[in-house]
This record gives sequence, C-alpha cells and structure tokens, in this order.
Amino acid sequence: MAEVPAIELKNITKTFGPIVANKDVCLVANRGEVLSILGENGSGKTTLMNMISGIYYPDHGQIFIDGKEVEIKSPKDAFNYKIGMIHQHFKLVDVFTATENIVLGLKDEGRYNLKKSAAKIKAIADLYGFVLDPNKKIYDMSVSEKQTVEIIKVLYRGADILILDEPTAVLTPQETRRLFSVLTRMKADGKTIIIITHKLNEVMEISDRVSVLRKGEYIGTVLTKETSESALTEMMVGKKVELNIDRSEPQNPEDRLIVAGLNCENREGVKVLDNVSFTAKSGEILGVAGIAGSGQRELLEAIAGLQRLESGSIIYNNPKTKEQENLRNKTPIQIRELGVRLSFVPEDRLGMGLVGNMDLTDNMMLRSYKKGHTAFLERSKPKELAEQIVEELEVATPSISTPVRRLSGGNVQKVLVGREIAAAPTVFMAAYPVRGLDINSSYLIYNLLNQQKEKGVSVIFVGEDLDVLIALCDRIVVLSSGKVTGIVDARKTTKEEVGLLMTKTFGDAEGGEK
Amino acid sequence: MLGFHVVKRSKDATPWWIAWLIRIGAILLGALVCALVTVVLTGKDPIYVFTTMVNGAFGTERKLWSLLQGIAMLLCVSLAVTPAFKMKFWNIGAEGQALMGGLAAAACMMFIGESLPNWLMLLVMVVTSMLAGAIWAVIPALFKARWNTNETLFTLMMNYIAIQIVSYFICVYATGGSGKIDVINASSHIGWMPSIGGKAYLLNVIIVLALTVFMYVYLKYSKHGYEIAVVGESENTAKYIGIDVRKVIIRTMIISGLLCGLAGFLLVSGADHTISRDTIAGRGFTAIMVSWLAKFNPIVMILTSFLLVFFEKGSGQVSQICGLNASFSDVITGIIIFFIIGSEFFINFKIMKNEKEGK
Amino acid sequence: MNMLIQFIQRAVIQGTPLLFGSTGEILTEKSGHLNLGIPGIMYAGAISGVIGAFFYEDKVGAANINPLLAILIPLATSMLGSLLMGLIYCFLTVTLRANQNVTGLALTTFGVGLGNFFGGSLIKISGSDMPAITLSTTSKCFKTTLPFAESLGAFGKLFFSYSFLVYVAIIIAIVSSVILNRTRIGLHLRAVGENPATADAAGINVNRYKYFTTCIGSMIAGLGGLYYVMDYASGIWSNGGFGDRGWLAVAIVIFAIWRPNMAVPASILFGGLFIVYNYVSLPGMGIEAQELFKMLPYLVTLVVLIITSMREKRESQPPQSLGLSYFREER
Repeated sequence: MAEVPAIELKNITKTFGPIVANKDVCLVANRGEVLSILGENGSGKTTLMNMISGIYYPDHGQIFIDGKEVEIKSPKDAFNYKIGMIHQHFKLVDVFTATENIVLGLKDEGRYNLKKSAAKIKAIADLYGFVLDPNKKIYDMSVSEKQTVEIIKVLYRGADILILDEPTAVLTPQETRRLFSVLTRMKADGKTIIIITHKLNEVMEISDRVSVLRKGEYIGTVLTKETSESALTEMMVGKKVELNIDRSEPQNPEDRLIVAGLNCENREGVKVLDNVSFTAKSGEILGVAGIAGSGQRELLEAIAGLQRLESGSIIYNNPKTKEQENLRNKTPIQIRELGVRLSFVPEDRLGMGLVGNMDLTDNMMLRSYKKGHTAFLERSKPKELAEQIVEELEVATPSISTPVRRLSGGNVQKVLVGREIAAAPTVFMAAYPVRGLDINSSYLIYNLLNQQKEKGVSVIFVGEDLDVLIALCDRIVVLSSGKVTGIVDARKTTKEEVGLLMTKTFGDAEGGEK
Repeated sequence: MLGFHVVKRSKDATPWWIAWLIRIGAILLGALVCALVTVVLTGKDPIYVFTTMVNGAFGTERKLWSLLQGIAMLLCVSLAVTPAFKMKFWNIGAEGQALMGGLAAAACMMFIGESLPNWLMLLVMVVTSMLAGAIWAVIPALFKARWNTNETLFTLMMNYIAIQIVSYFICVYATGGSGKIDVINASSHIGWMPSIGGKAYLLNVIIVLALTVFMYVYLKYSKHGYEIAVVGESENTAKYIGIDVRKVIIRTMIISGLLCGLAGFLLVSGADHTISRDTIAGRGFTAIMVSWLAKFNPIVMILTSFLLVFFEKGSGQVSQICGLNASFSDVITGIIIFFIIGSEFFINFKIMKNEKEGK
Repeated sequence: MNMLIQFIQRAVIQGTPLLFGSTGEILTEKSGHLNLGIPGIMYAGAISGVIGAFFYEDKVGAANINPLLAILIPLATSMLGSLLMGLIYCFLTVTLRANQNVTGLALTTFGVGLGNFFGGSLIKISGSDMPAITLSTTSKCFKTTLPFAESLGAFGKLFFSYSFLVYVAIIIAIVSSVILNRTRIGLHLRAVGENPATADAAGINVNRYKYFTTCIGSMIAGLGGLYYVMDYASGIWSNGGFGDRGWLAVAIVIFAIWRPNMAVPASILFGGLFIVYNYVSLPGMGIEAQELFKMLPYLVTLVVLIITSMREKRESQPPQSLGLSYFREER
C-alpha cells in the first residue's frame, strides 16, 4: 500500500528501573481508521500511548508522523502534531469549569474570551450529541460528564489522531453506544482513532484493525474483519487459555457472613451501595463480579470496617463461640477485638495493603505489631514469617530487609497475600488479587485461595476476568451500579449470563439463587 | 536539543556509601563557596579563614562548651520536631512551643520564688514547661485531626502568638524600666540547673544525649514509633490496619510539644536564667532543617546539628576577628544548607543522556 | 474624626509592606509553591535597595541627587536582589526538586542574615554613631506625594496623601487579580498550582510557570522591604527593624483566601491591627496591652484558617498541590 501512515512507531522501548514496560514495539495507524490496541492489564498499552502523547519519553526507538520522523518530548509537541489523548484517569482541574479545562493550554486562539469558547464548545457538543454545561465545575460532575469534557477538549483542539485509554470502562452501555457513534463519525471525517481496551466485543464492534501487545512486546496486527474473538484471545494471552483451576465441592458450608440491606453513599452523596444483601458461607469461594466502580471496593471496605454505612447489617457467625456479631460501622480494631478473623487483600497493594518504603519484616508487622504487652515491637516472629513467606511462595527479593516497593508487582502481591493468610482467617477477602500478575503468579494465588476454602474459610473474591470467576468460584454475586443484580451458581452459569447481569441497569435487586 | 532527562530512582536506590559521598561532597563544595565569599569579603587567605573557624568552635574550653551547649539545644528542638515530621505533619511551630515552655519555666522561677528547695523547684519547672509546650502543640493537632486544617500555616501563626504572649509578660514584669527581665534568682540560683564539676552546661548535654537515645529507640523499636511511620508513609494503610490516625496525630504532637517545652526549660533554667522574645533564637526553624537533613534519624541529627552549630560558631569567630557583622554566620549557614538540600537531588534522581543525541 | 483619618492613614502605611509581601506570596502559592522564604526575600529586597541608594548617595553626594535616579536605582537593585533570592528558591525546589518547606526556611535564615550583614557592614562604612544607615534624601524622593492632596481635606488625606509605592502596591494587587482570573496566563498558572500533571498534559510548561511566577512574586515581595525602609522608616535602615512583617504577609495570604484583590483590604486591616493599640485606650489599660493587641493579626488569621477548613468550600482552599514538587515521570 502506498498510503503514508498517519503515525508509525518503530522499535519503541521504555523501561522503568528494571521493569521493561515496552520492548521493541512497532505500530502503524492510518487516516480514517479505528485501530484497537489490545492487551491484558499490565501489557504496556498505556505506557506506549503515553509516549505518543509526550507524557513519557522512550528510551529507544523512532516515531513517524505522516512519514516524517518526529521527537515528542512533551505534551505540547504532541499537540503540535495534532495528537490528543483521553486518559483513563482524567486530567482535569477540579475547581475549574468545563470551559476553563477545555481551553487550558491553548495559546493561539486570539483574545482570551471564555464566553466565545463556551459557545464553540456548545457547538461541538451539539454536533456530536453530547450533553454538557460549559460553566459547570468539574467537582460537580459525574464520571461520564468528565469524560465528555475530556473528549471535547481533544476535539476543540482539532486533533487528527485521537487516543482513548479504556474509554468504556466507566460508561453505561448507552453511553458506550453514543461514544462509538461519535467515533464512527470522526473516522468518516478522516481522523485516526486509537482505542486502548481489553474488551474483545468492543474491539470487534468498533475497530478496523487490531494490534496486540503482550507483556510489553508487540505481537502483531490483524484486520478485524479477518479475525475472531478467540483468535485475538490467543494473541493476547499467548496460548489458548484452558483455565485448569481445581475446584472442590464446598465441605459443610455454614453461613459465615450475612450481609443484609447495605446502603452506602460516597462523599458526593451518590449511592454506591444500594440495598446489597448476600450470604458468604464457610468453605466456599464467593465471587463478586461487576464492571469497574460498581461498588465492589465499598462493599469489601464496609465489611473490613473502613467504610461508613447509611444502613444495613453485616452479621458474622463466629464458628468457635457460635455467637453472632454485627460488624457494621465498627473499626478494624474493634472487629479484631470481637475475635473475628478477617483478612483483606485490598486492590491498592502498595497504597493500602503494604507500606512501600518498609521492608518485608516491618510489613509483616502491620497486622501483628500490637501483640505483646510491652510498649516495644517484637520483630523476631514477623521476621520468621517474612522468611517463611519468601520461601514458600518463592518471592523474588534480594533479602527480607528490602523495601517492598522495590519488588515486582507479582512479588508484592505474594507478600501481601502471604501475610493475610498467615493470620489464619475465617473470612478472606481479596480484591483483584491477580491484576497485573503473570500466569504463574496468578495460578499460585488461585491455589492459595482454594487452600483457604478447603480449610473452611469463607473466601470472597472480587475479580474482573469472567473466565476466572466462573472457573474458580462456587457462587458469584453480580453488582451493577451498587445493586445486586443476581447471585448465580458458578458451576451452572455462563459468561453471557454474568455479563448480562453486570450491565443490567434496572430490575429488582432480589435476584434469587439458582 | 534537550540533551538530558531526569529519571527518579525508585527501584534502584543509590548505595548508602555513594549517597554519603554525595552529601559530604556537597558540604565540602558549600564550604568552598563560603570560603570564597569570606576571602572576597575579608581579603584573608582561605587557610587562615578555616583555622579561624576551627578556633572559633574548639579554640578554648569555654568555646568548646558553648559549642556543645549550642549543639545540645538545637538537637533537643530537632528531636522534638522529628516524630511529627516522620508522620508528615509539618510542625513549624517548634519555636512557639519551646518559647511557651521557656515562659512557663521563667514564670515558675519568678512566682514560686525561692520558697522551694532547688530539686523540687526544678521538678515543678520541668513539668509546667513540658505541659506548656504540649498545650501549644496539641491545639493545631486537634484542628488537623478534626477539620484537616493546614498545620503548616496553623503552627506558623501559633509561633507569633507565643512571641506576643512573652512580650506581654516581659512588659508586665520587666525589671525597672529596662524593658527586659533580668537574670532571675541571680543570688540564690533557685531554679537554675546545677553545674556538674564546675561545668554549667554538662547536665544539659547529658540530658539531651539521653533524649537522643530515647528518641532513636522510640521511633525505631516502639509500637508508637511504628504507628508514626505507617501514618507518615500512607494514611490509607494506617486506616486499613486499624490505626486511629487522629489519635496518633494528637498523641505525636503532644510528645513533640512536651519535648519542645523541655527545650524551652533547658534554655531558661540551664543557660539564660531569664526569658526574652529571642530565648529560642530561631532554633525552632533551624531544627526543621537539622531533622530533615538527617532523614529523621536521631543519631544522624547529632551530626547535622553539629555541622550547623560549627559553621555558626566558626563563622561567628571569623566575623569577629575580621570585623564583619555578626549576621555573617547566618549567611554562611544558609549557603551550607542550600548545598546539602541540593545534593539530595543527585541521590534520589539520576540524569540520563538521551539516546537520540548526535543523530 | 481627625484621629480616625490619621488611624486609617497609618494603617495604610503599615499595611503596604504587607500588601507587597502577600501579593507576591499569593502569586507564588498559586503556582504551587509554599514559599516560606518570603520574610528573607523581603529583607533581601530591602537591603538591596538600601545598598543601591547608599552607593548612589555616596557617589554624587546628597546635594546633587537626581530624584528620578534616586528612585530608579534602589528600585532596580531591590528587584535584582529579590529576583536572585527567588531564583535560588526555584533552582532548589523546581530543578533539584528539594523540599519546599526546608528550602523556604533556609532562604529566610539566609535572607535575614544577608540583610543584617550588609546593613551592619554599611553602617560601619558610613561611620555613623547610631546603629543605623540614614538615607533621608533618597527617602524624600520616595515620599513624594501628589501636590493637590493637601487641598482636598479629609478626602485628600485618605486617598491621595501616600507616596507612589502605596499606589503601586494596590495596582499590582488588582492587576494580579485580573491576570489570575481573566487571562489565559492566569488560567494556566492556577492550573499549575492546582494540578500540575493536568497542566503538563495540556501542554503548559509547568516548570517555566513555576520559575516565572515565583521570581515575579519574589520581586513584588522585595518591594515591600524597599517600601518599608524608604517610606515607612524614612530611609533609616536598622538591623532587625523589619521584624516579623514577612510572616504577617504569609498570614494575609490565608486571610485573603488566596485572592490578591482581597489582600488590599486585608493588608490595611492588618496594618490597622498592628497599630490599633495606639488608638484604643480602655480604662486601666497599660502599655503592656499593646503586646496583646499585636497578637490580633495572628489570631484573626487563625480564625479564618479554621473557618475555611471547616466550611470545605472548594474555592477557598489553598491550591491543591501547594507544597508538592512536580516530576513528570513519577509513577
């Protein structure tokens, strides 16, 4: 083909310390097409795009725009080449209005006139069917309104190359459809659209070609119409994944945690948990499925005593004393003092579960430092525990006195899970415990969860990969916008059924068990 | 065009010995610049300047003791602010907290008078001083814990309120029309720290040394110290494991204030035997630098406070002999600190040459 | 009535150094820099101006002074001095990413030391008996007021009786407000202080904005020092005379909730609070009560700080990234 590509990357490499985020990545995107960048979490998609938009600077490699080699050292350079990126985490100034955010950084627009800019924004919004008040402050906006601001910001600048980083992760199905229709219109307009995603159905729906990354390496590019979801999956994960997770039958399941009618509002007064009820049993793995931000985090934090609830109850059946305790609005310390052995592997490992600047031993102490009656710390047992975890879970670390921030993601997670298991829990909660982990580490985590289940622990597992949820769990609670839309038997359900429940926007929250 | 870019060292930390080499290099470089400035100003040769500085710090026994006392007092305030900083609570109100402590000590000496035996008097003074410091420190902590009020600005304002209270006190109880308070209990020495073996400052030094060891142990080996470290590193983690962050903030600031109050007591009872607006002499601010430069390690703080006091005393001697103004030492101290602050960059970041250079 | 007018006049004169300082610090803080070096910078600005004036007076002799040069030279040297201070701060915090609090405090030590050192040295050179430098001729040039002020009675006294730097201070504050709220540069600057990552992504050169604003803020603050010596103190520099006014300027930033136009009334109010003890006499109140009155500005600031933190109104909070270094490749 004689056509000069709009943008071409050759042998781009980027490292962060010892971590190789991108290795020799090559990429081509043409005018008037939608290119999907497909890859699992942690495959280096976002890092790659950040280098095109000037946030990061590549260690090696070349970038060509319209056939000419360019150097993109700053976001400003990227603008000059008419590249616009819509980040997953919005880059907006909270105390500014939509208009102020949109014109931010523009210099060659003539006199500074917010009214004129607002009118132009309104015109763009009307053209594509967005609903936006240009004078609304960002801190008053919903997530999808913020995304609208981000997209209009790029359009306002007349970008020719648009990069969207997982744009649908935060959208409702209707909003997604509207977004896709806008993208189609822009494509017809001759723009280049690069969309980062790991949702296969969206790839098939919107894109013309798909480029696949795996662990920072470029795997290949295919035409969407000549490929299939399973072929793409194979490219994405390397080999066809047969999830061989051993699943045993639950032994003597008893009700361990009875959650009833939880209601929770976030700081903005939006309901994030809406009358959530379910029961977690001993000796089983209860999955929690839902699109990102459906209330999973708040649910686990409420049980762990980190989230205030408006109403509802969390009844814990103590297997030893046979007593019942209500954990609602208790602090983690109070929960522990009640004799409830609750372990929690949070989503934010280094920001919540561990302290990055502390070494392994001191991180082990997070759970146990209060033990003993003296005012002083007892470091010998935590040290033994650290050594034990390093050995049993094969944590790759120079020593146990290395700050955990220097370990790789998988090893960080092993340390965290190892510590939480060592507390001999009766309820074990894990939020996205395999995110960013390689296959081997992921399986190690699955096995650990299964071991806990076989010990009679009630395991609650929040996951994003439906295949894993269905293969690992016994039952799955599905959340959608803070509501329970269904509780299904993982052995009998299908991906389609769970997927449907995840996107169900109304309907009753009862969703009886099958 | 842009030949270099900067990369943060997150996974590959600079080895400790290189880090220390960089720091020592920075101090030497700073000293060189100071020497240059001094040579330009005085016309003396640099060797002479340096020997004068060393003489100024160690020259006579009196100077040596004055150096030790200076280090001890600065170190004491530095130890006081350290737990708060480790918690990432920017307490820049040590000046006021120590001043309130000093005021309490002076007030005890003046009002209880000479009716108590000295040991009991000292005890009363220690307790009231430490309480005064703690009260001054806990007020901003309460507001921080309850409404997240900016502690840097709050503690800053508290300093000047304290200074005005002391001014008021001095106005009311000034000796004669002098506008200041003379040495209190000059004849009876009640409320004065006793001198050991004729060394007036020895007890001060011993107390501060003990305090250094205490603070080192407290931060590194106690449960409180561990909680402080966790809260400082990540409030989310602290909440996750059930640490009551508000309680830790308040408790730590009380400890910080207690020690500031003690520093005020030591200055009044162990050195000045009176109170003035300048009793603390800016140590509350200098202490922040001492603590920060030592990376909040109490043992290293002995070194950093030595460094600052040495340059202060040494350049004081230079200015005296060469007929320069006494504030010369502040200028020198400023330059040295700039160099140490700047050197941290070369420890925490590395500069990489862009690959594309030369193409 | 006369006393009230006199009080307001004095309050304005007291408030002007504070207004320069707080306007400079507000601009600086809007770029995300909590510059605790402001007191040092104001000292440096004052002494630099004094040095310029001293050598000019010394060279041509007090009799042959050209009034324009007598103003321009100290103005230039003062701004140069505070610019250098601002550059030190920026180099350490922006280029070398040092801690802002520590750098600022070191700068204050340095600046106050610098002021007193050169002040002391000049006193020695001038061979004066008093521990002060007197630059009364230069001061007279600075104190030139509008000729028709006297003829306008109370109105003239209230509004036109001040030297030109007072009006400069007010104009700078108002212009700063307009720039911050009604221009593109202001928008970009506020974005840098609120959320530098966003500003960076929008193609704004964060470091350049931080450098420029902090240096300009320093120069404005330095003028406060100059005003203090040349007008308020009638050209007399004495070591330590400037006192803690620098910290009061920092307090006004909070009181004015980071708005330069609000700093104008705030500074006059603080200036008034600073001298109110001269005008209030309650039965049984002695000279010592002065010291308690001097506490008022700080107390009032604390109250404002507490109230704004309780109300949680987004617009009256400090810039969100105040005090934090920005580094693009952070992850």
